[in-house]
Amino acid sequence: MTFTIPIENGNEVKNAEADSQRTLYPYVTGTSVVAIKYKDGILMASDMGGSYGSTLRYKNIERMKAIGKHSLLGASGEISDFQEILRYLDELVLNDNMWDDGNSLGPKEVHNYLTRVMYNRRNKFNPLWNTLVLGGVKNGEKYLGMVSMIGVSFEDNHVATGFGNHLARPILRDEWREDLSFEDGVKLLEKCMRVLLYRDRSAINKLQIAKMTEEGVTVSEPYSLKTFWEFSAFTNPTVGAEGSW
Amino acid sequence: MVKQNANWSPYDNNGGTCVAIAGSDYCVIAADTRMSTGYSILSRDYSKIHKLADKAVLSSSGFQADVKALQKVLKSRHLIYQHQHNKQMSCPAMAQLLSNTLYFKRFFPYYAFNVLGGLDEEGKGCVFTYDAVGSYEKVGYSAQGSGSTLIMPFLDNQLKSPSPLLLPAQDSNTPLSEAEAVDLVKTVFASATERDIYTGDSLEIMVLKADGVKTELMALRKD
Repeated sequence: MTFTIPIENGNEVKNAEADSQRTLYPYVTGTSVVAIKYKDGILMASDMGGSYGSTLRYKNIERMKAIGKHSLLGASGEISDFQEILRYLDELVLNDNMWDDGNSLGPKEVHNYLTRVMYNRRNKFNPLWNTLVLGGVKNGEKYLGMVSMIGVSFEDNHVATGFGNHLARPILRDEWREDLSFEDGVKLLEKCMRVLLYRDRSAINKLQIAKMTEEGVTVSEPYSLKTFWEFSAFTNPTVGAEGSW
Repeated sequence: MVKQNANWSPYDNNGGTCVAIAGSDYCVIAADTRMSTGYSILSRDYSKIHKLADKAVLSSSGFQADVKALQKVLKSRHLIYQHQHNKQMSCPAMAQLLSNTLYFKRFFPYYAFNVLGGLDEEGKGCVFTYDAVGSYEKVGYSAQGSGSTLIMPFLDNQLKSPSPLLLPAQDSNTPLSEAEAVDLVKTVFASATERDIYTGDSLEIMVLKADGVKTELMALRKD
């Protein structure tokens, strides 16, 4: 659906300049982020690709970052907007630390802050073109939430952005359970990422898995998944329907 | 450079249905817990019911980012009211506040379809139903959201509220007991779930009475 932004007469020049500052479409984008709650905290996975339209321009982008002591933020969508959000959060965390009162921002607070930021940018018709995944653990309580570019937010035991919503969520709905072990959680995430690799054309086979527990955040070294391309559905896709392609 | 139209919409419909029924000394407010976007389900247990005051409970479907913002505005206005008046807002007062808050954004509306339920100053149940820009009316029962067109005619049939145009004004509250009203709500949601793709997963029912609030969760079809 397209949406026309109204402009009054007489202020055309001034508004035209302001208009050129507004986001119209994303340029360098990251694809899906998938995250789950597990026994000790949160596991999050994303690949390291940055696409420029249909070109795979960047292959070493970290789309998951630690926020403060208790949170992990993953982003899909426009990479420059993600970097802007990280700057906002730097300032937020700095001010939180400057209070020096022993209190620190938990994932619920960061998620709420991000929801407000995304919603306010949407109100000004200049959105941050990202879908964010915010996970964390504080005082033993696990938290996992998502915020979209227009400010829609919710929390759940498993979340995914973009294509992950269509391809990974069904797998998670079927196979996620309470108190997964670390190994089982990683296996589950890898299963989702593998499906995304086969079916999302902007996915690349170079991913990171981040772990968030009470002790802190660890982001794994980049690695790739083993893939199998000899499925008959891939080698001989039209065997069931002669004449199709 | 030709002025380009935005290729994104500031609005989205996250679906869902909300219902409220007013009784002689209770009010039932119910909503499903499914949150969708397009043809995807985002969450199967997202609550659309928000308690604003002791005797006023808001249930809203539509664009959930706007609903959340609306709820925050009302919550903070209620807090200010409590500081200034040393008491909780009554349901009719909250009803007017909600209407004014919605109209305030008449030219960039909150895409929220609201049903406000609660107890009035005499302890009788009351339900107020709204459109997205604040037009409201006190009624005996109402349904809003994606399943409202399926539910409203059935409630009209079962609850047979007298016309609001009658003089002298007749009480629109249902004579049904609380248990019967809750049962009716469960029935309408089970039916709406069959035919509305955006309604389902589970049903949250809140019953407001003078001595407090009871919440119940019922499973609905997940398809």
